[in-house]
Amino acid sequence: MSTEIKNFRLNFGPQHPAAHGVLRLIVELDGERIERSEPHIGLLHRGSEKLMEDKAYNQNVPFFERMDYVSAINQPYAYVLAVEKLAGIQVPKRGQYLRMLVSELSRIGSHSLSMGALANDVGAITPLILGLEIRERISEFCERASGARMHGNYIRPGGVSFDMKQELLDDILTYMDDLTNDIQACDDLLSENRIFKQRTVDIGVISAKQALSYGFTGPNLRACGVEWDIRKSQPYDAYEEIDFNIAVSSDGDTYARYAVRLFEIRETIKIVRQLIKNMPAGRHKTDDEKFTNPKRKKMQSSMESLIHHFKLFSEGYHVPAGEVYESVEAPKGEFGVYVIADGTNKPYRVKVKTTSVPHLSALNELTKGHMLSDIPAILGSIDIVFGESDR
Amino acid sequence: MTFQEFWTVDLWPLIWIVIKILCVVIPLMGAVAYISLYQRKIMAVMQLRKGPNVIGPWGLAQPLADGLKLIVKEWVIPAVADKPVFLIAPMLSFVLMLTAWAVIPFGAGLTVSNINLGVLFIFAISGLDVYGIVLAGWASNSRYAFLGGLRTTAQMISYEVSMGMIMASLLIFTGSLNLSMIVVTQQHIWFIIPFFPLAIMFFICILAETSRHPFDLPEAESELVAGYNVEYSGVLFALFQMGEYGNTILMSAVFATLFLGGWLPIFDIAPLNWIPGPLWLIAKTAVVVFVIYWLQATLPRFRYDQLMRLGWKVFLPLSLAIFIILAFIAHYNLNLVPHIMIG
Repeated sequence: MSTEIKNFRLNFGPQHPAAHGVLRLIVELDGERIERSEPHIGLLHRGSEKLMEDKAYNQNVPFFERMDYVSAINQPYAYVLAVEKLAGIQVPKRGQYLRMLVSELSRIGSHSLSMGALANDVGAITPLILGLEIRERISEFCERASGARMHGNYIRPGGVSFDMKQELLDDILTYMDDLTNDIQACDDLLSENRIFKQRTVDIGVISAKQALSYGFTGPNLRACGVEWDIRKSQPYDAYEEIDFNIAVSSDGDTYARYAVRLFEIRETIKIVRQLIKNMPAGRHKTDDEKFTNPKRKKMQSSMESLIHHFKLFSEGYHVPAGEVYESVEAPKGEFGVYVIADGTNKPYRVKVKTTSVPHLSALNELTKGHMLSDIPAILGSIDIVFGESDR
Repeated sequence: MTFQEFWTVDLWPLIWIVIKILCVVIPLMGAVAYISLYQRKIMAVMQLRKGPNVIGPWGLAQPLADGLKLIVKEWVIPAVADKPVFLIAPMLSFVLMLTAWAVIPFGAGLTVSNINLGVLFIFAISGLDVYGIVLAGWASNSRYAFLGGLRTTAQMISYEVSMGMIMASLLIFTGSLNLSMIVVTQQHIWFIIPFFPLAIMFFICILAETSRHPFDLPEAESELVAGYNVEYSGVLFALFQMGEYGNTILMSAVFATLFLGGWLPIFDIAPLNWIPGPLWLIAKTAVVVFVIYWLQATLPRFRYDQLMRLGWKVFLPLSLAIFIILAFIAHYNLNLVPHIMIG
């Protein structure tokens, strides 16, 4: 009698502590070796893109914050840039700088959490606590700037919702010193740790060519040796005026992705310092009352302002017909928004180019031939968020 | 047979043994409960947190609350589980942990059973320990539990081999398997000083044996959710947890006995040797447990194949080599470690 030996099939997720959300991964195992892994995405699908077609332009911003909730500030940035381009809104310099500042802070929060989660996935608990601590401080700054810790709705067409006080800017600048120390602590705990290196070096290797064909962007692509950063190649807002380096590694493995993120946090600290030092004076948003709410004082005396206010919060504004694609360098890669306007107050279609889906689609390639324990490490290193990939 | 004879021959020894067992088990249960608090407080300090501090002063009632919660919780036994084995596995794991404490000497003559094969006994019991976990992994009929069970089997077996070699190396010098004798031998110098490499290796083997960090693969939460005990709940889960914490304390006590001079004070001088032996053992065990949790807060986890490679390709040859070298030293009576030889 002969018995057919079948591979072991494991349902990794959707409720799994290392799935970073609700990833359902069907893993086919030969012993502990992975034969095939198949991600099933869409469990967190909320139909954001469709919902946006039924909301006025200025009401769509919060949808983007709820996509990649780990770096909530960065997603609406792309949409806001697209709307501004379509409507021809001029943003004052200070507004641009404030937007860049919060999006860089959010990048620090996202990267530090991602590094901590990677460490936790390979079994080290303490770096996660460090990462969460950093993120907590960033959230506090976000709260002080916008009133909410995560979804601040801070970046809006025409600038930002509130101006930052000098006191807050000084606090952020002071915190950058603490942050440098915290990042150094994380570095000391992990970078030269032999077990950490054994768990990450040569795990989940992908070549630059393959990475490009899958559509990788952001730190994951830079870890393969491709020097590609939207902030450098197609600078938006005032990124041309900022001096920073791009982290590039040529190994393309889990450790390289970790190292690139670590380097990026340090570069981001540099950017934040420059932004605060060179912060221009002036208005934080455009004075065009068709796109931003007028000052309350003015509203009480000027009929026209009152009408603007009413129109802005009921109907929104009409955007001339046209279509535009705008992308920003979000912490996880290139986040793009394609908006088609038909001349009304609502977008005809909004299509989002997410960062996580290309990375997730390469998962089979990345994990093939590795051990089961490497799946969490690889998932942690490609840094995916399902709110964004499933939107 | 008069009652007098019955009392002295049969009944009193039995009662005496029960008393001795209770003297060990009751404090042990307390220790098992409070080691969870100890662990969480250590981790909290290392991660700049406060740790449990709500229930009772400094969170001191936290273990009681945890225990109560697990006791009143409903048991969930999966429909596809092998019910008898599913129930036996945690009991086995708990009972074996308790059994091993029989030979640990808490002071001169203070041991439940002072048998001559103490080291071998502990070795045998910790070898049996694997059954609790394998049976749990098998009986749960869950894929995560199954993988956890498989990992444990391989891990424990590989590290037991080098652990045996390390113990054998010590035996050459102590000339006895009796744990009390081994402690008495260390009166002049603790074995951790002459046998430092062995002590380090033995400590790492303990980590692998009790599946502590960085070898906690059987229950690696980021891969296997909770490993072999993923399907357990309520009291059954509590038994596993107690078995695990108990084993950590047990192995730390064994380490303290073999390398840190057991119940002996650090220096045999006036104020130090007034402190009773059991307190010294407890203090030394607490230090070893602290190091175990220190590692847990610091290190990432090994991968399954890396663990195996370390066990078979590094630890086994190394412990074998040390064993042979020590055997030579002992055989030709090279007085390299003069004070530890016993008459």
